[in-house]
Amino acid sequence: MNVFDIMGPVMVGPSSSHTAGAVKIGYIARKLLRDDVKKAKIFLHGSFLMTGKGHGTDKALIAGLMGMKPDDERIPNSFQYANERGLEYEFSGIELKDAHPNSVLLNLVGVNGSKLEIVASSIGGGAVVINQIDGVEADITAAYPTLIVKNIDKPGYVAKVTSLLSNHDINIATMRIRRDKRGGTAVMIIECDQEVPADVTELLAASEGVKKVTYLKPVDD
Amino acid sequence: MGFRALDEILTISKESNKPFWRVILENDMEERLVSEEESLKKMQQLYLTMKEADKAYDEKLISSSGLVGGDGAKMEQAVIEGKVLGGNFIGVVIAKALKMGESNACMKKIVAAPTAGSCGVIPAVLISYEEQYGISIQKMIKAMYVASGIGEVIAARAFLSGAAGGCQAEIGSASAMAAGALAYLNGGDEDSIAHAAAMALKNLMGLVCDTVGGLVEVPCVKRNVVGAVNAIASADMAVAGIRSQIPPDEVIDAMREVGESLPKTLRETGEGGLAATPTGREIKKKIFGYS
Repeated sequence: MNVFDIMGPVMVGPSSSHTAGAVKIGYIARKLLRDDVKKAKIFLHGSFLMTGKGHGTDKALIAGLMGMKPDDERIPNSFQYANERGLEYEFSGIELKDAHPNSVLLNLVGVNGSKLEIVASSIGGGAVVINQIDGVEADITAAYPTLIVKNIDKPGYVAKVTSLLSNHDINIATMRIRRDKRGGTAVMIIECDQEVPADVTELLAASEGVKKVTYLKPVDD
Repeated sequence: MGFRALDEILTISKESNKPFWRVILENDMEERLVSEEESLKKMQQLYLTMKEADKAYDEKLISSSGLVGGDGAKMEQAVIEGKVLGGNFIGVVIAKALKMGESNACMKKIVAAPTAGSCGVIPAVLISYEEQYGISIQKMIKAMYVASGIGEVIAARAFLSGAAGGCQAEIGSASAMAAGALAYLNGGDEDSIAHAAAMALKNLMGLVCDTVGGLVEVPCVKRNVVGAVNAIASADMAVAGIRSQIPPDEVIDAMREVGESLPKTLRETGEGGLAATPTGREIKKKIFGYS
C-alpha cells in the first residue's frame, strides 16, 4: 500500500466501505450507463441492507448515480437533488448468491433510454469491484484507466485492440476476455497504466465488428 | 513497494543520514513516479482538508440514528471555562477528536486517516500542536509523512480495519501514527518515533470493535479521544527516552495475532461487547426495527 492509501481518501462520512464505496459504485454505474440516470432500481444485499441506512449507503448510491464523488458535500442531501432532477429511485432487499457482504444490484434506465444492470461490491477502505455488467462477469475496480470493448466473437479482435493500444504507448496492466457464447458477443476488459485518449477510443468504436466501447477513468482522480 | 518494517525505515534513515519523513517521501516519489513537489503538494492538501474539516464542525448536527452530536462543543466550552484536569492542550485535543468523530458520523467531509472511524485521532493532535506552538505548515506536512509511514508498515504487517482486527487496528493504528508524528514534532529522533508508535499500539492492544447497531458512532467517536490522548502520553514517554521493551515491529506482529484471535462478534459485526448490552440491542431495535 502507498502512503496515500493510508492517509486518505478525503470523503464524506461515516464509513469508507458503506458510504465512500457506495458513492463510487453509483458513480461508476453512471459512467457505464453513459447517460444521465432516469430510473434506478436498487437492490441492497447483506450488510448494505442491514446497516446501510445508518451509514447513509442509500444516499451515497443516489449521489454517485448523479455523478457526485465520495468527497462531495451534497451527498447527505442527495435524495432532494434526485427529486429536483426527476431521478426516480426505489430501494429493496435482495439475497445475492456468493456475494460480498457489502453488495448491491443496480438496475438503471438512462434519460436516453439506455439500460444497464450491474452487481457491485464495496470491499473496504473505499475500494470497490464491479462484479457483473448485464449478467457478464467483469471484476472491474476502476483503480486504473479501464477500457471495456464489446465486439462480435470472431478471430483477430484481441490483436486489433492490443496493437492499437501499443501503437499509442499505452501499457496493459491486466486484461480479461469473456463471451456469452461462441460467435456471440465478446467483452474485453483492459486495465491500462496510462490514460486512453478520446481519439483512441473513437478509433476503436469505429472499427468493424466493435459494438460498444466504454472508457472509465479512475474515480479518485 | 512500501515498507514492511519500521526497522527498514530506521536503517535507511541511519545509512543515508535522512530523516524518517524524507525516507517515506522519497519512497512515495519512487513508487508513484512523482516529483518531490507533487508528493508534498498532495500531502499538504490532505492536511489542509483536515483543518477545514475541524473548522467546519457544526454542533447542531445529529447523526441519522440520533446517537451522536454536540459533544465536541460541550468539551470546547469546558476548556474555555477551565474545567479540565489535563490542562488546556489536552482539553483542546479531546474537543477536536470528538468534533471530527461527530462530523464523520453526521456525513460531513473528513480525511480517513487511516480509516473514517478513526479520522479524529491524527488531526486532533496535529492541529492542536500546530496551534499551540505556532509550527510552520512545512513541518506539519513532514509530521504527516511520519504518521503515514507508520501506517504503511502496520497495513503491511497487520491490518487497519475494525472488521479485520478490531478497534486496536483502527484507533490503535491511528494512535500509533499520531504518536510517531508527535514524537517527531517534539524533537524526538528516529528511534523515538518508532518507539512512540510501539508504545501507543501496545497500550490499546486488544481493543475490540463493538459498534452499537453496527454504526460508526458508539463507541467510535469517544475512542478517537482515547487514541489521541494515548498518542500524547506515548510521544512524551518516547521523547523522554523511554523505550518499548518489545521491539516496534514485533509489537505490530502481536497486534495482528491478537486481532486474528478476536471472535467475529468483536470485529465490526455489531454483535458483541457494547453492541450486545441490553441498551445496545434496544438502540439497534429502535433504529432498524429488529435486534
